[in-house]
Amino acid sequence: MSEKVKFGRSPVFFETFNRRPGPIKKNMHYCPGCGHGILHKLIAEAVDHYGIQKNTKFISPVGCAVFAYYYFNFGNISVPHGRAPAVATGVARANPEDYVISYQGDGDLAAIGFNEFLQAANRGENITVFFVNNSNYGMTGGQMAPTTLPGQKTTTSPYGRNPLTEGYPTPVCEIVNALTAPVYIERVALTTPARIAAAKRAVYKGIQNLKERKGFSLIEVVSPCPVNLKMSAEQVNEFIEKQMMNYFPLGVVRDKTAETESRPLPAPVIRESADVEKILFTEKRKDSVAADFRNTSSMFDKELRVKIGGFGGQGILSLGVMLANMGMHRNFNVSWMPSYGPEQRGGSACCSVIVSRKMIPSPILESGIDLMIATTQTALEKYLPGLKEDGILIYDSSAVKLPELPAAMRTYGVDAIDIAATQLGSAKCANSVLMGVLAAVLAANGLNEADQADFDRAFAEAVEEKFGKKPGAVEMNVKAYEAGKKAFQN
Amino acid sequence: MAYQKRMLLKGNEAAVYGALLAGCDCYFGYPITPASEIAQSAALLFPKLNRTFVQAESEIGAINMVIGCVAAGRRSMTASSGLGISLKQEAISYLAAYEMPAVIVDVMRGGPGLGNIAPEQADYFQVVKGGGHGSYRCLVFTPNSVQEMCDMTFQAFTMAEKYRMPAYVLTDGVIGQMMESVELPAAVKYDYDPEWKMGNIINGEANCISSIYMEPNDLEALNKKLQAKYKLIEEVEQSVEEFYVDDAEIVMVAYGISSRVAQGALEQLRAEGIKVGLIRPKMVFPFPRKSLNSAVERGVKKFLCVELSAGQLIEDVRLAIECKRPVELCNRMGGNLLTCDDVCAAVRNMI
Repeated sequence: MSEKVKFGRSPVFFETFNRRPGPIKKNMHYCPGCGHGILHKLIAEAVDHYGIQKNTKFISPVGCAVFAYYYFNFGNISVPHGRAPAVATGVARANPEDYVISYQGDGDLAAIGFNEFLQAANRGENITVFFVNNSNYGMTGGQMAPTTLPGQKTTTSPYGRNPLTEGYPTPVCEIVNALTAPVYIERVALTTPARIAAAKRAVYKGIQNLKERKGFSLIEVVSPCPVNLKMSAEQVNEFIEKQMMNYFPLGVVRDKTAETESRPLPAPVIRESADVEKILFTEKRKDSVAADFRNTSSMFDKELRVKIGGFGGQGILSLGVMLANMGMHRNFNVSWMPSYGPEQRGGSACCSVIVSRKMIPSPILESGIDLMIATTQTALEKYLPGLKEDGILIYDSSAVKLPELPAAMRTYGVDAIDIAATQLGSAKCANSVLMGVLAAVLAANGLNEADQADFDRAFAEAVEEKFGKKPGAVEMNVKAYEAGKKAFQN
Repeated sequence: MAYQKRMLLKGNEAAVYGALLAGCDCYFGYPITPASEIAQSAALLFPKLNRTFVQAESEIGAINMVIGCVAAGRRSMTASSGLGISLKQEAISYLAAYEMPAVIVDVMRGGPGLGNIAPEQADYFQVVKGGGHGSYRCLVFTPNSVQEMCDMTFQAFTMAEKYRMPAYVLTDGVIGQMMESVELPAAVKYDYDPEWKMGNIINGEANCISSIYMEPNDLEALNKKLQAKYKLIEEVEQSVEEFYVDDAEIVMVAYGISSRVAQGALEQLRAEGIKVGLIRPKMVFPFPRKSLNSAVERGVKKFLCVELSAGQLIEDVRLAIECKRPVELCNRMGGNLLTCDDVCAAVRNMI
């Protein structure tokens, strides 16, 4: 007669628990009567049943199941308290072909890690979460958990949980049921063979959902903890059936498994160097200047320090970026530094640009400014003290009233914002008008003829780089630039 | 194909390019000024390469997602600023104990508390000394330009994997927010598949990644192993840039934006005939002890730490030279920046 072992050890378990320190290598570390062992067994059987042991990854929590990795022969990581669903997210996103199980107790999931758990559920991560609810913190010696019942005495609720100060047991499944993404939510218990059989069906479904890439599944297991609850096995089952179930009713809370389609595996990551470079880099311009090209005007012999200030929406920051970009394409060292944060949100915008043949020590300009562009009175007043006495000031004549200035200062007022709005029909190209003004001002202040023509070219290249794909934008900005130059001449 | 590899980028954006070219698969992050452009450009660029960007629910969520991704055998990174880094410290301690590589960019802002979003350098202690629990260290790169934000983020992946430990790119709001031209490095061919990843079959068993060592002797052994690794790193990986140290009587020590301001001051002071030099750590763990001690041996009389904190770097300078020379502090706090004039005045005061 052949002998068939019907309820033997799943091959997903290690034969000997060698990872367990100490002499006991055949038994689990869980206390007598604990539900973890039953749940471990159901999970091991389900993983074996669906043939996914090789790619199953298990996230071990902090709590009694912290040592789950003693038993299961599949990928495992023991993670910070409460963070299992976040770690599971990382694993599942990194390796979409993995089957990721997050296993958590009530403190780990519903207290310290409730946010990570709910957010993973809300994102609909392709993971299955097993939540062991035994109404107390087992590992640390029976303290109050989010699932402790009203009036229940624990080591940190020695007078019984008081709902007025400690609230009510957290209905995890019902809370998750308020979210759209989760596919399957069920609460089960382990009190009777029939309940264990139902739990087994739920566990199998959770594992099947993983295999079929259906999304987020949650199985809450109301589990006995006789040692910490100081009860016998019979008493703890009665406690679960008669008391816990009042707060944690068993059954399917949601099952969208049938109507949910399997998710396709995402497109493979692009890793080949040539492919990566093709996507990240732009093609080199054919007409770009040679690496040894140098503008010859003497104004470039020293650092050129430019401050641009105005109002958000006038293109102040992008004017600075464009200037820096033009400098870079002409082989200068350049830096661009914005004011950022609340100052920006208050409506004002400001940036510093330095163009230099040498290394630029600090990108922040508070003093020694060679050239300043101001389109608001506030910007003018704020940065004027930093402008050199013989510096150049370009300002918007309709918005700025000049105070008394040093005689050597060269000032140029142009109604740039108005030109952009009325002549060109868009305040958005005010910065290109200002760039045109700047070109004319530099021409009047020592930029030699060759460099004047080069400035025009550099601007055209920068505009094309920025707006090349936007129909009409290049033309409009070039028109604005010309309008700026013309406005200066007038 | 000839590519335009020179780009005008923010420091924050350059870090993302460095990561992608180094073969980073997944970015997990949470927005915070002045580091948000890292998350923003990651959100834009990672999907173009079929790579993963996740805006995590929190700083804690983000770093734990990094743990999962790295445990699965992929390259991963996150970024934040001061207070966000404080929140990540528990998980970074786990990374150190797991002996797993990860890259964390810290774009420092003003503290303590909510502080402000202006640049500071006051995360030095929490980043360099191991801000979480336990005796661990992280590699700490200190870029002072946009180019280095790219290069050092790239390098951080390589070195983190070489030594199997977390690596920081520690910078400040100025370097993160400023734009400069960057010469982008070539993309590496991605062939990373670490033996230690979770689930890899080792001796017939699926590998488990854990930081639990219930037996004190076992945990002590891990600690000794880590310390031996850190000692080796201190011997072979010190990285520094020196300016005019050979004949200097006063040597400034500065990293990040402060080192650029100091470099500006240096030119000015040298023009005045003052014998001053600059040591700029490119990494602060390992700390450049050799460079500092060799400066002591070469006759430097005094050191000046230039930093945007109440004096954090200065402690390591004093320790490194075992207080053989006076070390003074030139600093600003709260988001105020030092100017070249401030630094020049501090040096002149030391003469």
